[in-house]
Amino acid sequence: MTNDSRREYDIIIIGAGPAGLAAGLYAARARRRTLIIEGKVTGGQISLTAEVENYPGIETINGFDLSQTMHRQAEKYGMETAYTRVTGVDQEGKEHLVHTEEGDYRAKAVIVTSGADYNRLGIPGEERLTGFGTSYCATCDAAFFKDQVVAVVGGGDAAMDEGLFVTRYVSKAYMIHRRDTLRASAILQERAFADPKMEFVWNTVVEEILGDDAVTGIRVRDVVTGETRVIDVSAVFIFIGLTPNTDYLREKVRMDPAGHIFVNEWMETQIPGLYAAGDVRANSARQVVTAAGDGATAAIRADHYITDTFGTVQAAHHVVAAESGSARE
Amino acid sequence: MAKPAEVTDADFESEVLKSDTPVLVDFWAPWCGPCRMVAPVVEELADEYAGKVKFVKLNTDDNVRTASQYGIRSIPTLLVFKAGQPVGQIIGFRPKGDLKKRLDAAL
Repeated sequence: MTNDSRREYDIIIIGAGPAGLAAGLYAARARRRTLIIEGKVTGGQISLTAEVENYPGIETINGFDLSQTMHRQAEKYGMETAYTRVTGVDQEGKEHLVHTEEGDYRAKAVIVTSGADYNRLGIPGEERLTGFGTSYCATCDAAFFKDQVVAVVGGGDAAMDEGLFVTRYVSKAYMIHRRDTLRASAILQERAFADPKMEFVWNTVVEEILGDDAVTGIRVRDVVTGETRVIDVSAVFIFIGLTPNTDYLREKVRMDPAGHIFVNEWMETQIPGLYAAGDVRANSARQVVTAAGDGATAAIRADHYITDTFGTVQAAHHVVAAESGSARE
Repeated sequence: MAKPAEVTDADFESEVLKSDTPVLVDFWAPWCGPCRMVAPVVEELADEYAGKVKFVKLNTDDNVRTASQYGIRSIPTLLVFKAGQPVGQIIGFRPKGDLKKRLDAAL
């Protein structure tokens, strides 16, 4: 329990991806004392994306630069940032307590934008060789495999996007997919099929990643014939879907079986003053632009909710601080 | 704030391997987003461990020989050297608390 006023906010946002940063921008511009809490990297998944070319108004931008710009933009209006991991959220009267590894914070409204993390295959060799040829980030690691043969696992947008980045460096990429068609969007499929360095291996799953100190190959199984074989590769890039980061809210808010939070069209959960936006919510389109839209919606609703529930009085010192550009305390 | 000095293939031996104090080497490249996130955290640690640990960074694009010699296949990677030997390795972005724990364990 804390009585420390520095740890009390109007709106706390959990997760600094596009949804959270858009919520932060709107909350701060509504003159709400706003804190965003991030456990890892500002920008979330998008910070690892080489090129974003579907955010309207920006023809093409590096994902890291886009997220840094969003962060700077929200901080300009007084949003504060804390880097720690959230372990739970509880209600106390009308307020919310956000528990973190570095103590509790108190807020009138909380917006959950903790996004999703990439899935592991869960096969032998995968964890042992992570950083030694097993990778979940093409933009981080592809350059180390210049002119080598690698594998890319998955059939969605992320696998094609990252695969197209990987082939800038490697001599060949086996594209391994467990089905016989891709889920990826049409434009990415067109580009992938036109890429001479990609060789598609259909109806195939990876059963083991091989190598002592570094990846030397993968053992794969054809799910139609049942045959197994070894493909020699020096790296495996894995993009097989995402799991929402909502473990810390289990049994607190309603979720689908995969852990996506149910919200209404205002991003409200069943708990008053608690919102969820972006990839963590059920039925999200999982795009940067839709996440940002969700975040803005949640912040606007939270602002109205605070006025209706707590009255219009705001922390005046904070408004002054934000205007003088020194909101950090 | 102390900016870690850049080391290269040419001076890696004199600056890192022959250093009297332990050295933390930040392997990075300009195109790597998570590397740019690690950099400010490493700078903070450089201040906190001033005098005890030397902090340097190596651009893996320009210094392929050293990067491949130490089997770097993912960045950011932080390697801790003591008496010329790698004694600790941290791969990927980690929050500051984690980095301190791993660094202390290696020292």
